[in-house]
Amino acid sequence: MTVPAIDMNGVWFSYDRTPILEDVTLTLKQGDFLGIIGPNGGGKTTLLKLLLGVLKPDRGTIKILGEAPHDANHRVGYVPQNTDLNITFPISVMEVALMGRLSRSRIGRRYSRKDRSKVEEALKKAGIWEHRHIPIGRLSGGQRQRVFIARALATDPEILFLDEPTASVDPEFEIDLFDFLRELNKQVTIVTITHDVGVISRNVKSVACVNKSLIYHEEGQITAEMIDMAYQCPVDLIAHGIPHRVLPTHTEK
Amino acid sequence: MWEALQFDFMRNALLAGVLVSISCGIIGSLVVVNRIVFISGGIAHAAFGGIGLAFFLGFSPSLGASLFAVGVAIIMGAVSFKSKHRADTIIGVLWAIGMALGIILIDLTPGYHVDLMSYLFGSILTVPGSDIWIIIILNMVILLTVIIFYKEFIAMSYDEEFAFIVGIPVKPLYFILLGMTALAVVMTIQVVGLILVIALLTIPPYIAEKYTRSLGGMMVLASILGIFFTLGGLWLSYSYDLTSGATIILVAGVGFFIFQAIGLLKGRGGITR
Repeated sequence: MTVPAIDMNGVWFSYDRTPILEDVTLTLKQGDFLGIIGPNGGGKTTLLKLLLGVLKPDRGTIKILGEAPHDANHRVGYVPQNTDLNITFPISVMEVALMGRLSRSRIGRRYSRKDRSKVEEALKKAGIWEHRHIPIGRLSGGQRQRVFIARALATDPEILFLDEPTASVDPEFEIDLFDFLRELNKQVTIVTITHDVGVISRNVKSVACVNKSLIYHEEGQITAEMIDMAYQCPVDLIAHGIPHRVLPTHTEK
Repeated sequence: MWEALQFDFMRNALLAGVLVSISCGIIGSLVVVNRIVFISGGIAHAAFGGIGLAFFLGFSPSLGASLFAVGVAIIMGAVSFKSKHRADTIIGVLWAIGMALGIILIDLTPGYHVDLMSYLFGSILTVPGSDIWIIIILNMVILLTVIIFYKEFIAMSYDEEFAFIVGIPVKPLYFILLGMTALAVVMTIQVVGLILVIALLTIPPYIAEKYTRSLGGMMVLASILGIFFTLGGLWLSYSYDLTSGATIILVAGVGFFIFQAIGLLKGRGGITR
């Protein structure tokens, strides 16, 4: 059996004594496409940061491809939610994407020819190659999102993490993006946070709902009825069940 | 002006002005994009504690200022990592304590009259030849460090979180930046004084940022602007017998408003881009 892409066991995390995540256990096999849903403040982004090694759990263990999160950093790609960061920074699209080729072992060295060709490939894949010389601040939100995706792809990731990749983009790009991710998923494990349950139903293979604790649905668990209900009363999706269950097949531990 | 060049002190002043402008252009660009202007102001003022200590114990004020500045920079860096929400308060506290300590130590130094003004507002006309060599060496150290870690500095400055995720040791790099800032600040104190350091560190990079497409370009343009401001200020102060440090800063200030006005006009007309 291959190593799981993600293996979280009994993970707890709190900020200044406020519990954010409680007893989260999750095993995700390689090649999966996981959508993470849940209310704002429910701990989705915290979960992602734990998986990326930016945050350390209070209790419990996390393994990414069998390694500690921060040791697996050269094997994962990350697309942040906020693409507006440092918008006046004097930097071109190419230079942002090249950051995907950084690594601890090659500090102090120039970017190589291989780095540049990898980035070229990634920028072309993300459909933003023609803008490579433009300062990042002059692009639209959707274009910037493509650059950040290219940056993540330039790493040659085995797992790609995305935090609300469609938060700041137009609906057209959203469809493009998920077509693109589905295609990419043939080679790469994908984990994406989203608030859009519709997106999840059409695209992902498995779903996790995070609100302090985590509930994981493996394969085909979202039905038309569930989506319906989630749209009707998203609060209910948040509360995991009361007064009527949105996600009926939970097996809570 | 040209006849002034026959004087050693004037040649030293020009050389110091150019060298300091270069290091301010490089480090100032990093200070501006990393938003650590307040920390660099804190380092500059707290460094006065080191100057006071040096007089009290009888060693070189430059050395005292350097040691103190680097020490304070490390403390401020640690604080800004540990208690992010109150970092600015603690930096403000250290800023004031360092200065007060310096003044009290000079008070306590028996029979020694120190020209306070030269530290507060600079004394570019009295930079000795030996200090020029120290400035050259410090400039080389800063230049080499930034060249070696250039792509890592870009990543840390643009997107610290991503830099950390891909395995860049962001924390050590941040402390290296603070250390270099401390050294640049100590050099700059000689030229414009500790009160005015911030201006030379921020005005040229701020203008340069708008006209460049890369951090390296920003550093080069900021250095060139800094050289113009410094030499222009020096010339005005010599011609009209004004305090050199303050004149340099006012020239930079005029440059700041001119470029600001150009930016506004361009923005309103919507002609460029």
